[in-house]
Amino acid sequence: MLARIGVRGGLRLDAHKERSTAAPIAVAPAPRVAVLPLDQHAGEAAIPIVSTGDTVAVGQPIARPGAELSAWLHAPISGRVVAIEPRPAAHRAGEASMSVVIANDGRETRYVPERSLSDYANITPLELREWIERGGIVGLGGAAFPTAVKLARATDRSALSLLLNGAECEPFISCDEMLMRERADDIVYGARVLLHALEADECVIALEDSSPQAADALRAALARADDARIRLVTVPTLYPVGGERQLITAVFGREVPSDGWPLDIGIVSQNVATAAAVARWIRDGEPLISRIVTVTGDGVARPRNLEARVGTPIAELIAACDGYTPRVERLLMGGTMMGIALPSDELAVVKATNCIVAASALDLQQRAPEMPCIRCGNCSEVCPAFLLPQQIHASARANDLAGLERYGLMDCIECGCCDYVCPSQIPLVERFRTAKPQLAAHLQARASARASRLRYENRRERLARLEAERRARLEEKRRLARQKV
Amino acid sequence: MRFPTSAPPHVVAPNTVGRIMRLVIYALLPTMALHVVFFGPGLIVQSVLAIATALAAEALALRLRGRPLRLYLTDGTAVVTALLLALCLPPLAPWWLVVSGTAFAILLAKHAFGGLGMNIFNPAMVGYAVLLVSFPAQLLTWLPPDVAGLRSVELSFSQTLTTILTGQLPDALRWDAVTSPTPLDALRTSLAMGMTMQEARASPIFGTFGGRGWEWINLATLAGGIALLLLRVIRWHIPVAMLASLAACASVMYALDPGTYAGPMFHLTSGASLLGAFFIATDPVSAATSDRGRLIYASGIGVLTYVIRTWGGYPDGVAFAVLLMNLAVPLIDRYTIPRIYGHPRRP
Amino acid sequence: MTDLVGFIVIMALAGLAFVMQRAAARVGSEAARSVLIDRIDSLLPQTQCRRCTFEGCRPYATAIAEGRADINQCPPGGDETAAALARLLGRPAKKVDHRFGVMPDVPMVAMIDELACIGCTKCIQACPVDAIVGASRHMHTVIAAACTGCELCIPPCPVDCIAMRPASESVTEVIRLAPLPAAHMV
Repeated sequence: MLARIGVRGGLRLDAHKERSTAAPIAVAPAPRVAVLPLDQHAGEAAIPIVSTGDTVAVGQPIARPGAELSAWLHAPISGRVVAIEPRPAAHRAGEASMSVVIANDGRETRYVPERSLSDYANITPLELREWIERGGIVGLGGAAFPTAVKLARATDRSALSLLLNGAECEPFISCDEMLMRERADDIVYGARVLLHALEADECVIALEDSSPQAADALRAALARADDARIRLVTVPTLYPVGGERQLITAVFGREVPSDGWPLDIGIVSQNVATAAAVARWIRDGEPLISRIVTVTGDGVARPRNLEARVGTPIAELIAACDGYTPRVERLLMGGTMMGIALPSDELAVVKATNCIVAASALDLQQRAPEMPCIRCGNCSEVCPAFLLPQQIHASARANDLAGLERYGLMDCIECGCCDYVCPSQIPLVERFRTAKPQLAAHLQARASARASRLRYENRRERLARLEAERRARLEEKRRLARQKV
Repeated sequence: MRFPTSAPPHVVAPNTVGRIMRLVIYALLPTMALHVVFFGPGLIVQSVLAIATALAAEALALRLRGRPLRLYLTDGTAVVTALLLALCLPPLAPWWLVVSGTAFAILLAKHAFGGLGMNIFNPAMVGYAVLLVSFPAQLLTWLPPDVAGLRSVELSFSQTLTTILTGQLPDALRWDAVTSPTPLDALRTSLAMGMTMQEARASPIFGTFGGRGWEWINLATLAGGIALLLLRVIRWHIPVAMLASLAACASVMYALDPGTYAGPMFHLTSGASLLGAFFIATDPVSAATSDRGRLIYASGIGVLTYVIRTWGGYPDGVAFAVLLMNLAVPLIDRYTIPRIYGHPRRP
Repeated sequence: MTDLVGFIVIMALAGLAFVMQRAAARVGSEAARSVLIDRIDSLLPQTQCRRCTFEGCRPYATAIAEGRADINQCPPGGDETAAALARLLGRPAKKVDHRFGVMPDVPMVAMIDELACIGCTKCIQACPVDAIVGASRHMHTVIAAACTGCELCIPPCPVDCIAMRPASESVTEVIRLAPLPAAHMV
């Protein structure tokens, strides 16, 4: 089935997938030392429940959610907690982040969860959601949004659709494609668990039309599962169709409100890898302690997909792919469009690490010198948020906050399409990222001023009313007194 | 192992302002070639003079403004301005005309406003408009095209060069022997003298659609324009809207009174209609910037071109129409901001 | 023909001017004044702190509109607000007059020392934006998110248990969490 094409903008980019999809997924060796940042998910950092010197087993919870929007963290290896201290973190581009550090004892002792839930269909959705939370599962597409929170927010909703995102968000990344090819059954199992947890009755698995093998594997898995609620939709391969909002529009032909969530239009979206992680937790009792990471680029000898434990230093993944080539120049986490350039390969894989690109000069494109904007409009043609990046850029240059707001800077998803096509070679995304905090502060200040004005006016009205009532009561009493006399 | 970092995106398309301008120059070549075929080598001399002046003026302005010379001199924008202006001037116009017009375009219309990307008016059209209002006689003195029965005198390259540089025709030639009005000018004069459209169009300078020779030059411009569209250097909105609104105006008036008003085909193939639609109005810096804005902007150019040609004081109106709509661009841009993803509509 | 077109254009412009003039007259001076007060008020920071010597932001806005106050009397708004007011009213820009008060470098909010609070409700009565909750002889507390930092609650407190503290929850906190990709990738 073909999706309605509701997406405007976007780029046809070379996905560079064939390099990393030639070999099947391999299991990377467990790290000698695992570094686990406590804030590797969206929201608040987790709070450690182990202390230095403790012995932990594979899959043992080591940190609990620090707030409503937070997630559990589990030990990916067995061994001893050697430190709980700030360590440079990949998702912070090398900035330090409080982390639990575990030294591997090589025994692979398994932690046995309190309960196993393989017959998920016989428990209530509420119980199931709570159990999913215990698995430390977060969105594996890159944003690392705690899955349980997404599910909890969707309670008491009718007519929900579950969308499983199998569209790779960026060039070079192929971990979702390989997962769909090799572990389609996990995805379908996870989809059924999520459907039950959400009490939803429709699930769409969306993938790009450039991955026919993945589509075939999923079709076969769906035939085995024989679940009429789940269907497959292919969308055109057009960056950034893997973005949540863009994919929803491509699949359902509807837009997510700018200030809202997919849930506001009755959609819960999860990455296919997240669904597979849910399956492994519910079916096999294995929490989120490993994930598939694409290791690719011209700078690595044998590009491939690896199943890596969370906390594995990137250098060990590179070693598992036979090391660097002499051409390596830069190390990216994520794809070439939105990926973070990492300062060092000693940083560890986090739950959100979908891809490591060891890039050579061939993979990167040298920027020509920046020229002034000529308003050619190439950027607005490709913008998937329908913005006018040329006007935002002009407003940012002029420090014009009203202009930034009018042209919708806050709706920019930083996909980099405008930057890619700009003939003046302006680093637009960088400029927009710099301007966003200023605009956010301005909007915040204005919103609180409005609230203050409202409260002030309400108070004045209330005081005036009370005063009028007091006078009225006084008048009434005087009248009564006069009558008595 | 440690690595240098950089901000995403880590890849960009190998597209530059210089490449866009080079493609525009290439797309102008067919027009220029046919221009030379029909009007002699004058355009070559004018182009060389214009380019030399433009680069010199650009270098001077960049030096005064303290900008990097090499980067901006090689971006090709000054050359495009120079070529567009040269194409608008009569092939035998004296050298000081093209030199002063180009210098004015680059120094005042472009750099006085802040240089590349900041000029609110199309520099070439500013240069042309200044020359047209200052020296109308010289600007409207065209040559007859080199087609059977129209050209009586043939000037060699060196004679052309001498004429342009000295302002004097070679021995024993008089100006009225070598000049001829442009088709638009001729039609206008004839109608002003009280001729009907039929009588006016009977003159040998007119072909099936527009002026003889001019038809072919315009066809080459159309081809160059389509090439730019296919190469995605320009987008369809401006040329289509401008030509459509020009044709619409012409059709309405032609339907009302075919004896007084020229038809749409004549307007589309005469003067600078096609050059304007594909090469002049599409200058992105001075045009509106959203799709809808560009449709409005270019429709305005089409209507104004028709109005100026038909009722205004000059035979062609593209230059003034473009400048007038340049003036309206900030307003158009303000009211044509597209709806953003996830927003109901523009408030 | 040229004359006819010119005539039509000029008549159309004259008609337009006439219509606009009528519309402006109908709006009238009273409504125009209220619009002006609204626009001035929207530029003020809504701290309601009375540093300007008026009873709140809107009274100050009214005073500016009526020419009873200058545009440089709002320390919380700072030079930026003074400049914005100058632009709106077409007057020369002015720096804020520091006789009306000096603002701390970072935004501050009031904080009640809850152990010392005797529950007198005097601060609740003083708060112009209802940002303090509590009841008579019960502990009071400041809703930090609603506090504008006006400092009006400080003088009435009989036990001096209110102090100004830097607003800890603020947008900067949100921005610190921003380096994750902003696109909503799942």
